[in-house]
Amino acid sequence: MMATTPQTHQIIGTDGFELHPADETAMLEEMAHYEQPQAACIEALKVVQRRHGWVPDGAIGAIAKVLGIGPASVEGVATFYSLIFRQPVGRHVVLVCDSSSCFLSGFDELKQALASHLGIDYGQTTEDGRFTLLPVCCLGACDGAPALMIDNDTYGPVSPDDLPGLLEGYP
Amino acid sequence: MSKSISSQRTSVRYRSRLLQPEADRHPDTHPLTWRLRDDGEVIWLDEYLRKDGYQSVRAALDNGNPQAIIATMKDANVRGRGGAGFSAGLKWSLTLQGGNMPRGYLICNADEMEPGTFKDRLLMEQQPHLLIEGMILGALANNSFYGYIFLRGEYVEAARVLNRALDEAREAGWLGADINGSGFDFDIAVHTGAGRYICGEETALINSLEGKRANPRAKPPFPGQSGAWGKPSVVNNVETLCNVPAVILKGADWYQALSGDRTDDGGSKLYGVSGPVEKPGLWELPMGTTGAEILERAGGMRANRSLKAWLPGGASTGFLLPEHLDLPLDFDTVGKEGSRLGTGLLTVVPQEQSMVALMRNLEEFFARESCGWCTPCRDGLPWTVKLLRALELGQGETGDIELLDKLAADCGPGLTFCAHAPGAAMPLQTALKHFRQEFEQGVGKPRGKAHPDPIPVGEV
Repeated sequence: MMATTPQTHQIIGTDGFELHPADETAMLEEMAHYEQPQAACIEALKVVQRRHGWVPDGAIGAIAKVLGIGPASVEGVATFYSLIFRQPVGRHVVLVCDSSSCFLSGFDELKQALASHLGIDYGQTTEDGRFTLLPVCCLGACDGAPALMIDNDTYGPVSPDDLPGLLEGYP
Repeated sequence: MSKSISSQRTSVRYRSRLLQPEADRHPDTHPLTWRLRDDGEVIWLDEYLRKDGYQSVRAALDNGNPQAIIATMKDANVRGRGGAGFSAGLKWSLTLQGGNMPRGYLICNADEMEPGTFKDRLLMEQQPHLLIEGMILGALANNSFYGYIFLRGEYVEAARVLNRALDEAREAGWLGADINGSGFDFDIAVHTGAGRYICGEETALINSLEGKRANPRAKPPFPGQSGAWGKPSVVNNVETLCNVPAVILKGADWYQALSGDRTDDGGSKLYGVSGPVEKPGLWELPMGTTGAEILERAGGMRANRSLKAWLPGGASTGFLLPEHLDLPLDFDTVGKEGSRLGTGLLTVVPQEQSMVALMRNLEEFFARESCGWCTPCRDGLPWTVKLLRALELGQGETGDIELLDKLAADCGPGLTFCAHAPGAAMPLQTALKHFRQEFEQGVGKPRGKAHPDPIPVGEV
């Protein structure tokens, strides 16, 4: 919308965090879709997360510099949205839908099987750093309940027996 | 990402689908889905054009009278399919335009997160151009210069499909500057979210779009007066916008007649059902179709299960009973029964399901998804969860049920900043009304000294 010529600089956040130039370019391109740069905040956090798996503390200041807003605004957004991770996560994130249709279609068994198979509960990461388990709000796959997502892939209906083969696909 | 996909993985990969074969869907009766293919492949631009796509926009641009679009939408009385049921035409007629008013935004609410709802996903994943065409018509009517599809972050496939379709539309001249020589400028971007149910509330959505925390805003001013970045902004649900092209092309009378004499509400509706039925699914049916007909299409309850209760349109609607199955599912009829049509996708509850446990699950959802902006919601919902957890374990105390009544009443319409808390209260109040004895069975002990009201409720 606004005519922006992406012009990248070396952006350093706190803790010595260095923003990757390609990530800054991605943020600048995203900013061009909006009337004000702040609107690119969520996407900027996602850009950092795609590279690092999560949003390290130092990135907050770096994003703030790119968007020209205060770090508190960035942190406020980062801590509000459930798909922005402010702690390290595993290489793959498993989002288990715990909403009503899944609850009525075998969610409890699926979640228990997942937790025991991985040896972790919500908010935890397997010792080998492979999986993090989190609950998620209705995935809109209720005709395939119980449903879950692994990274960008949605599965359902998933039975406890499907889990070993399913997780195997995410090394 | 080209990973090797084992057969195990693909076998349970979720695919959005309509349980109505192509042969049963026709342009005159199934405006939302007649183009969809049996193989579930995306209808890209070529096929969309072959199937009469963009004819409605072409006609509207030729006609050159945006006010006529609003008039037709008002006459057709297309009611908002996101769940609130507000007339889209009326909403559009209230958008400020003309004079010194800057051109504003047309925002599609594609943040489908209402538990039990999986309809907008299908429309976006398989037929992106119908939504784009609806948005162009909406932009014409509301004098919007730019559109956003506010898409929930988890809808990765929809984002991919929509972005490619937007590129196609831009290349073919349906989007961008001077759309097909009409002098009208309009373009659309996909804005993907990062979770949180509250983003579906239209003013919270606008805050989120602006890159802020998704707290709702005070109304008035309504978005049509002052929305995104202070400009007039219209927020419509995906299914609502997908209705627009056919309404504009075929007229209000045709749309009204789609529902026959079932109901005063016109049009067709994506109805669906999930839970323990034989074939959970989605169908485009006349507005006012009954719950019984939908349940029958789903093959009825699973073997050895019988129906105890059902939610007509998502977690924020009130419980109905088997005796309500013969009512036409339209906005007003369902409203009169103490519930709401909501999204029109049914969730069925089997006889053996504990209503206390189900309510605990529902309120855990609402408590977790509260944005925390106003007190009855932020504090009341977790308290409700605490009481329900105790009742579920048979450890409820005397007075807990009355306290639930009170907490639900305190979350009622008008007492909170937005509709989130009233949405949490409605299933609870109807569950307490229809199944009170189940909750009473959870009261295991007299009120103990350790459980006074931790926070004074209400009259403070």
